[in-house]
Amino acid sequence: MVLIPRQGVAAFSPATITLPDAPRYLTTSISLHDRLEHLLVRFGWRRRQYRTEPALYRIGSATAESPVIVTANYKLTLDKVRGACAGLDLWILVLDTHGINVWCAAGKGTFGTDEIARMAKESRLADIVKHRRLIVPQLGASGVSAHRVKELTGFTVVYGPVRITDLRAFLAAGMQASDAMRRVHFDLADRIAVTPMELVLSWQLFLAALAAGLLLWASRASTLGAAIVPFIGAIIMGTVIVPLSLPLFPFRPFVLKGLAGGLLWAFAMIAFFPGDILTVARHLTLLPPVTAYLVFNFTGSTAFTSPSGVKAEIRWFTWPLLIWFVAGVGLFFAELVRGWLL
Amino acid sequence: MRYLESVVTLNLDTEKCVGCGRCADVCPHRVFTMTDRKATMVDRGACMECGACRKNCPAGAITVEAGVGCAYALIRSRITGKEACCG
Repeated sequence: MVLIPRQGVAAFSPATITLPDAPRYLTTSISLHDRLEHLLVRFGWRRRQYRTEPALYRIGSATAESPVIVTANYKLTLDKVRGACAGLDLWILVLDTHGINVWCAAGKGTFGTDEIARMAKESRLADIVKHRRLIVPQLGASGVSAHRVKELTGFTVVYGPVRITDLRAFLAAGMQASDAMRRVHFDLADRIAVTPMELVLSWQLFLAALAAGLLLWASRASTLGAAIVPFIGAIIMGTVIVPLSLPLFPFRPFVLKGLAGGLLWAFAMIAFFPGDILTVARHLTLLPPVTAYLVFNFTGSTAFTSPSGVKAEIRWFTWPLLIWFVAGVGLFFAELVRGWLL
Repeated sequence: MRYLESVVTLNLDTEKCVGCGRCADVCPHRVFTMTDRKATMVDRGACMECGACRKNCPAGAITVEAGVGCAYALIRSRITGKEACCG
């Protein structure tokens, strides 16, 4: 998935075209095809290969005075960036982050000080622009040491806004970001964008749930729907429903949010598929820990949970959840055996 | 939305602070503000330990146990004994 943009309006200036590796144009229009790819990649389609060649790209009729913004070579990221640059004249320095977005790559260090220095050198940025400023996305800061970049390249890092949609306002304000531009949110739209991947990544769990449901049904312990729906629902609850409605669930620990969601689902199933005490007990023990674990995993997709907090949750909840779950598995087998015997 | 505030490991040594304001720039949860050419923590509990402030502090005035924050990676590292990583 290498993007080699050729569309541009203005011609290269003679000064630029003599460079051995002349910067390429990047269009700012996002095609229908791009949009379709964005939707698919949100569901994991060719996600690992969805990348662009790291290079210096030219937007509009950028000159030696135009600003330089730095970004990652995940194509979804670059498309958001170039789409937000319509009508602007600037340079985009695309780093090699192995197709990972800015925030995650910064955490790994691939969007980082050394890679900025390497790409600045390789693209001969210092020969192409006269100024010595690099606009680095704020969420890349956990991988970038601004004072080290200055030492290595002579370029001063200016941290840009969190969201590329604020770039225009940021530039208009003389490269000043307001407090709102610097604040990260994790609102419903953000959660909608990341949950499809949670769903796709738990396919093995869906298979296990299906197998467990079919076993129950085959043992004549319950009807097909009553056997399968509780399991599948508990997974969807943990990967989609609770993550999407995160602020609506009480308690700050994600395990407790998940348990609340899982219990809610278990009670719904008890009401919907009336069963005897064994089935009720199985719903209450097997479903909530599964949902809780999945919601806990969502900490990896949020923009506000700390590793210390996650470690604390692991310390507090691992054993209780495990015991709770094992009890559920025990009841599940008890129900199977009873189904066979009766 | 806020997470567990009591376990946050972020610390600022005001003595060492040179007042450059980088920490206030990079923090996505607005933990720092600048007053009288010194950084102060105004919302320490909002810290998600991304490490951006520490990385950009030229004076080494900030400490924080930064790292990968997802449960799956941390559970895996707990079991295998290796460093947590997104995979």
